[in-house]
Amino acid sequence: MKSESAVEVRGLVKRYGRKTAVDGLDLCVRTGAVTAVLGPNGAGKTTTVEICEGYRRPDAGTVRVLGLDPVADAAKLRPRIGVMLQSGGVYSGARADEMLRHMAKLHAHPLDVDALIERLGLGSCGRTSYRRLSGGQQQRLALAMAVVGRPELVFLDEPTAGLDPQARRSTWDLVRELRADGVSTVLTTHFMDEAEELADDVAVIDAGKVIAQGSPEALCRGGAENTLRFTGRPGLDIGSLLKALPDGTEAAEILPGAYRIGGDVNPELLATVTSWCAQHGVMPSGISVERHTLEDVFLELTGKELRA
Amino acid sequence: MSAGTYTPRPGGAPLGRMITAQTALETRMLLRNGEQLLLTVIIPTLLLVLFSAVDIVDTGAGESVDFLTPGILALAVMSTAFTGQAIATGFERRYGVLKRLGASPLPRWALMTAKTLAVLVTEVLQVVLLTVIAFALGWSPQGNPFAVLLLLVLGTAAFSGLGLLMAGTLKAEATLAAANLVFLLLLVGGGVIVPLDKFPDAVQSVLGLLPIAALSDGLREVLQHGASMPWGDLGILAVWAVLGLGAAARFFRWE
Repeated sequence: MKSESAVEVRGLVKRYGRKTAVDGLDLCVRTGAVTAVLGPNGAGKTTTVEICEGYRRPDAGTVRVLGLDPVADAAKLRPRIGVMLQSGGVYSGARADEMLRHMAKLHAHPLDVDALIERLGLGSCGRTSYRRLSGGQQQRLALAMAVVGRPELVFLDEPTAGLDPQARRSTWDLVRELRADGVSTVLTTHFMDEAEELADDVAVIDAGKVIAQGSPEALCRGGAENTLRFTGRPGLDIGSLLKALPDGTEAAEILPGAYRIGGDVNPELLATVTSWCAQHGVMPSGISVERHTLEDVFLELTGKELRA
Repeated sequence: MSAGTYTPRPGGAPLGRMITAQTALETRMLLRNGEQLLLTVIIPTLLLVLFSAVDIVDTGAGESVDFLTPGILALAVMSTAFTGQAIATGFERRYGVLKRLGASPLPRWALMTAKTLAVLVTEVLQVVLLTVIAFALGWSPQGNPFAVLLLLVLGTAAFSGLGLLMAGTLKAEATLAAANLVFLLLLVGGGVIVPLDKFPDAVQSVLGLLPIAALSDGLREVLQHGASMPWGDLGILAVWAVLGLGAAARFFRWE
């Protein structure tokens, strides 16, 4: 039976001693989509993903991955998923190609290992053992190991942490290729740009709970309002400006001559502001429109910086 | 790579193929590691050659090589099944290798089977090498080869259990230190190159219960003195095997 969701988590709770790492979390991962689990360090991202991978038992709640229970049905589930751990996972004395070939041998219909090595630029690792590879090479090997078995669903835990910009792009490209070929992807990240670039759905996690979920666009539109800024001569009549603007819009002179308008900033609003300026003989300079990012959304929802 | 490359086609390989591949990889990792080779090949070989050629330790009546070879074979088993396996597995646990393989199609029991097979392959290579050297030094073994095989297998089981227990419960660094220390202590106090009767009686009876003492004494009974089946030593090894493997199965932590 084909399930609508690749992953379905309801009311998940996980405690370590007195600390509650995951606190009633709900998460739905659509089949064939890229879902980003976004949150600061310690928010419960890795714990959630590792419960889905069958590494830990939940204290409460239900978890279904590809319609299976990750612990009870582990033997059936494991051949169908690909896992990239946050770090490690390779024999320190093994070479990159050796480890990848080995993972391929554990699967029935693996990818062409040579092509994958080429695709991820691992050919330059040569005969170097894993412990002497650079951090970026180790990351790319872990990614290759997650996809080599042609899984239906891959879990990538911080796939680009510590990568240089070029390697980061290359990893993003691979995630897009997986998506194009119908692989479902769950990735954890604390980079907003990564979530914005890659994800069809974003689940924002803080303190063990999902505090917002949706497409990056919907999240940016929904949570925070956008801002229009311009400078003009000091002491403009804000009351008159507000009358021209739609209800619910805010306007303020935040510094002498520096004006900020907050609300649903769309082309009509921009036209309204400039025509009001024209009527009042004001030349607005330095007009800027700030689109809210997931970072702002996060800040607004939690009062915390994502990267902190 | 072209479109459709990653189209899902999941599935585990047949069990036999997975275990073969895992055994081959584990064996290569064991043989590639310099410290492991020092422990499993160089030290036993040096001890055999050195103590056979030079009369440092009084090994009793008869050729010293006839006394030493069974002890060195016991040492070889211990170095691979206990010391080497404990250190390697401890670091595999520390570096998430066991964890990562735990998410692969390879079942855990199959991973442990492959580890055991890799230990056995290494032991075969050790036994062949040490036997050739011993013959060159004038060794003349006696006894029942089946009894020798049984001793080696039970000894491997006993040492594997203890090694995995250590690797699965202690930190990797603690395992490294402890496994080397135990190796050294048992080398001296386990009847490998120093006959147990050099120790006081009270100490002797305790040392005699150690798995290394049971294995070297059992091998010596058969290979040097032509005993048919050293039941006492086999019994001691069997008890250690049950206790060690049982405790390892109960307390081993994969992460």
